[in-house]
Amino acid sequence: MTTTHHAEASPPESPESPETLQEHFDATIARDQRIEPRDWMPDGYRKTLVRQIAQHAHSEIIGMQPEGEWISRAPSLRRKAILFAKVQDEAGHGLYLYSAAETLGADRADLTDRLIEGRQKYSSIFNYPTLSFADVGVIGWFVDGAAICNQVPLCRSSYGPYARAMVRICKEESFHQRQGYELLMTMMRGTDAQREMVQDAVDRWWWPSLMMFGPPDDASPNSAQSMAWKIKRHSNDELRQRFVDMTVPQADKLGVTLPDPELKWNAERGRHDFGTPDWDELMRVIKGDGPCNDQRMERRRSAHEEGAWVREAATAHAAKRARKEPAA
Amino acid sequence: MSNESWPLYEVFVRGKRGLNHVHVGSLHAADDAMALTHARDLYTRRNEGVSIWVVRSEHIAASTRDEKDPFFAPSADKVYRHPTFYDIPDDVPHI
Repeated sequence: MTTTHHAEASPPESPESPETLQEHFDATIARDQRIEPRDWMPDGYRKTLVRQIAQHAHSEIIGMQPEGEWISRAPSLRRKAILFAKVQDEAGHGLYLYSAAETLGADRADLTDRLIEGRQKYSSIFNYPTLSFADVGVIGWFVDGAAICNQVPLCRSSYGPYARAMVRICKEESFHQRQGYELLMTMMRGTDAQREMVQDAVDRWWWPSLMMFGPPDDASPNSAQSMAWKIKRHSNDELRQRFVDMTVPQADKLGVTLPDPELKWNAERGRHDFGTPDWDELMRVIKGDGPCNDQRMERRRSAHEEGAWVREAATAHAAKRARKEPAA
Repeated sequence: MSNESWPLYEVFVRGKRGLNHVHVGSLHAADDAMALTHARDLYTRRNEGVSIWVVRSEHIAASTRDEKDPFFAPSADKVYRHPTFYDIPDDVPHI
């Protein structure tokens, strides 16, 4: 097991009483200081973080697929190179997050197994299909935009390695969102057919993007504890509202219509009112019954299995080298 | 299903000349050479570094837990190590 050797994840050994440890942990959180890997932490805090960070990592990895499908069909070398770079970033984000999960004692191979065997989830948004190249733009604009709303506050999350991974990720998400919006602006300056493609993609991705923030606050039982632990800084509904307020003027500039008849500015609140996403649909997709769940899982599983020989060959090569060159 | 794990490496990057290497995260690799190329691909995709160190995580020795540990107590009780411990009249220049 590699994790027992992890420099940051050694099991804490302390003569102190559980009460003292808990007090010290609570005081650290109250002072808005970060919890670091070797600190004592409550089991619930550790478990919540491992689950959240692993799901986040899985989402980045599965998130490579919907857009990855368009790399070979990108309309120009410029768009292809950009899309390559973006999908590579998603892989990178997944790896930063797996690295953060490992500081909590999780094991990388075990996390991969949990994803492949369906024991851990990933974001429901990636279970929708990418039907046209406009979807690549809309994913950058909506999905990465929603991710930014979610992730910017996580840069101040109470767990140090998670917060630091989020800082790195947020710097890169900005490129993702902007390339998407620029792609859509280009299509909107094109033909009627291209403008229709953009509007169609907007119509299909709007509601699933709102669902990315999770169930409404009154149906999100774990949120309160996560906020008390300062893992999470804002409620699902607050983040969803921010996303809507941020996106409406961008849609106006672009010249598309967001598919919500209830969407309108509320001068009294200083925010937009908007309709309710179909929460039953969200639950169905989370439970495995979305348009692409099986396809995404099958692709991830086959990539893992078909890559096994590469991992084995590298291991054998490293062992051979180690035999030939005894440690310097 | 589970595969044999490659060892875990910690990655340190020098952002630019004149700065120390700073810990940026970890990764798995079969050997040192692969750890370096993976670290380049993972942690320096946007000119974040001019030099990378990788070291097997198991080779790092670390102090225990956090800052209230008595391990660090000796650094707190020697105030005479700080320049402000010494009273020097204001009219003495450049000191």
